[in-house]
Amino acid sequence: MSTQNTPTYFDEMRNGENVVRDIYGNYQRWLEQLPDGTLERKSAEAELLFRRLGITFAVYGEAAGSERLIPFDIVPRIFGAEEWRRLEKGLKQRVQALNAFLHDIYHDQEIIKAGVVSERQILGNVLFRKEMQGIDLPNKVYANIAGIDLVRVAENDFYVLEDNLRTPSGVSYMLENRNTMMRLFPELFASHTVEPVEHYPQMLLDTLRESAPANVSDPTIVVMTPGSYNSAYFEHAFLASQMGVELVEGQDMFVHQNKVYMYTTEGPQQVHVIYRRVDDDFLDPMAFRPDSALGVPGLFEAYRSGNVTLANGVGTGVADDKATYLYVPEMIRFYLGEAPLLSNVPTWRLSEADDLRYVLAHLPELVVKEVQGSGGYGMLVGPTSSKEEIAAYKQRILAEPASFIAQPTLALSTCPTMVESGVAPRHVDLRPFVLSGKEIRLVPGGLTRVALREGSLIVNSSQGGGTKDTWVLEE
Amino acid sequence: MLARTADNLFWMARHIERAENTARILDVAHRSALLPLDIEGAEAYLWYAPLNITGCAASYEVKYGLARGDDVTRYMGLDPDNPSSIYSCLKLARENARAVRGAITSEMWEVINSTWLELNRMTWNMDIDKFPDFFDWVKDRSHMFRGVTLGTIIKDIALSFVKLGTFLERADNTARILDVKYHILLPSVNDVGGSADYYQWGSLLRSVSAFEAYRKIYRDVISPLRVAELLILRDDMPRSLHACMNEVEMALIDINGNSGREARRRAGRQHAALHFGSIEDVVAQGLHEYLTEFLDQIALLGQDIRAAYLSRRDQFEPVQSRWNGMQMQ
Repeated sequence: MSTQNTPTYFDEMRNGENVVRDIYGNYQRWLEQLPDGTLERKSAEAELLFRRLGITFAVYGEAAGSERLIPFDIVPRIFGAEEWRRLEKGLKQRVQALNAFLHDIYHDQEIIKAGVVSERQILGNVLFRKEMQGIDLPNKVYANIAGIDLVRVAENDFYVLEDNLRTPSGVSYMLENRNTMMRLFPELFASHTVEPVEHYPQMLLDTLRESAPANVSDPTIVVMTPGSYNSAYFEHAFLASQMGVELVEGQDMFVHQNKVYMYTTEGPQQVHVIYRRVDDDFLDPMAFRPDSALGVPGLFEAYRSGNVTLANGVGTGVADDKATYLYVPEMIRFYLGEAPLLSNVPTWRLSEADDLRYVLAHLPELVVKEVQGSGGYGMLVGPTSSKEEIAAYKQRILAEPASFIAQPTLALSTCPTMVESGVAPRHVDLRPFVLSGKEIRLVPGGLTRVALREGSLIVNSSQGGGTKDTWVLEE
Repeated sequence: MLARTADNLFWMARHIERAENTARILDVAHRSALLPLDIEGAEAYLWYAPLNITGCAASYEVKYGLARGDDVTRYMGLDPDNPSSIYSCLKLARENARAVRGAITSEMWEVINSTWLELNRMTWNMDIDKFPDFFDWVKDRSHMFRGVTLGTIIKDIALSFVKLGTFLERADNTARILDVKYHILLPSVNDVGGSADYYQWGSLLRSVSAFEAYRKIYRDVISPLRVAELLILRDDMPRSLHACMNEVEMALIDINGNSGREARRRAGRQHAALHFGSIEDVVAQGLHEYLTEFLDQIALLGQDIRAAYLSRRDQFEPVQSRWNGMQMQ
């Protein structure tokens, strides 16, 4: 494997010869005729708008200031319809394979028998839920909502960085970003044919409806949140209201004879589909963590009995950890008999002696991640770390090599972004949201995250990253 | 509707209404303080009234001692330590609204959220001559909330719970204002019908936006009995007990449901008493006694509503109890 040290990044707007890419042509012309200071003013307006709408994340504390805004960037990221269609096909293929994999490992485990994936990797994984063995889920779908993180390194070169199959978040920002852009720049939307994303909640509702237990014709659907102190609470409330369903907490529900009910003003009402934004461990104190008060006692038994659908299913984490990630291209071949349309990032497994040796020798060039980490925490970005940081991280690796994987430092594409000094290139990634019910659906686009610090490759909102509107232009 | 949602809608509305009423009470206290009151210790005497109305005299004294105008105003307006201050009410209203963002319209949320954000930009050391602007601002925000609610929300039981909270709180507040003010203005029962200060009664009427209505209806000097009649029995007077109970009863009928029978019965009885009552009956019972009984009934009605709709956990929990049993073993 070779590593990329030369800092030549693919620019979403301009190619190597500083020529504006076709799809950005209109936007570029519009940008050039803007009077000075317009973008700054619109940026300030956008921030006010977000503050007023309360589109916030992070922990809710005493002071009003402790609800943070995710910085919103007003320069859109633009895809052409054709390049989007290719991504879309690849995403559907990947999610289809991941769901087939989950069904398989919780049933016959053919993929282990065939020797494609090691038994230890699956059955020894802490995210594997043996309680799920043999349970049949509607449509055989485990991850009804998947967030697939993509990065681009060249015009036609995309990599999947991560599959998020547990409770992926961010879709509310995708929708609010569009909403905000349309308010701020109506003239831009008049001169571009941007494919709409606003129907995502309807698509989600359709997906959840299709996922109801068999023989339920008019299912009662709810969104389950850990509560208003959760960092993604805004999103939970947003999605419930957009779908017109109840936003419930564990305390609002109870189980009777393996059926789930919620307390309503008219008495108990049965619930059939729960879009839950609560992690497996906290769903049911009788089945999982007994010290948790967030869940509903008996919920898992009701789920096992097929009386309620949880979206996503229990035990999906085993398919999205960073070690299982390595096998996804194999899964696609194994289950679908197709060649993968999206590539994985080349990855070293530090549980393997050869890989470990190589990685330890090349730490300053690599990105090292915890197998079960998320949110950009606990990773080492070699090229931007000090010698001391690298040395300290090395000790952590040596203590438990199997908990880490390493990847080359990818030359993530950049997109023009409003920063203090004006419009400048910043690194971006993309999280499209893929919905699986009876069929697989996604809206054109996704959430583009942008690293606001110059040179930074970390786009996570918990690490100070921002977001942008993502356009797919009709052709 | 989810019981917890109903609970939050009910309290969101109550908290906003309470903030508005507190602003009204403080506003009239400030106006009264500008007028001559010919008794000893007039300042403390005047400033205990708002504390008594809102039931926070004791906690005030612990923190500040004797009642003084700007301390009382800060305590009731801006003090986060006072759970019924305007500050606390607006904070709680926002928390209620935040908990049910899905059940209210985005415009309702925006009004509540921006109210809270603006409140946080106001300073503790607000100049005394800024107080009247502050009270007006609180009233404006409350009016805006009500307007936005009626202008945007679907007319289903979500609105019924909002109305229930609003009018139960308003009935409670009007009764309290009338009771305390009546005692301040008429230290002796013999003064009933006497020559209580025109301006003091006028400011009481202004506190509930009833001054102009009084003029229109009675076209005469302001007399305490008429003020009482206006604020208790006239159902065309938006803040009167009668008008509030009209709304409460209607909301309960709209919500319906078997478990609400007790609440509907109590509200109906209360409403009938106001509908068919006369000021002579009130005077015969004694105004203070009448209002005390009304406040007791309002409190009981609040409990009935809570038991019927807002908390249903006691009804149906076989698995929960089995689980508790397992834990004990």
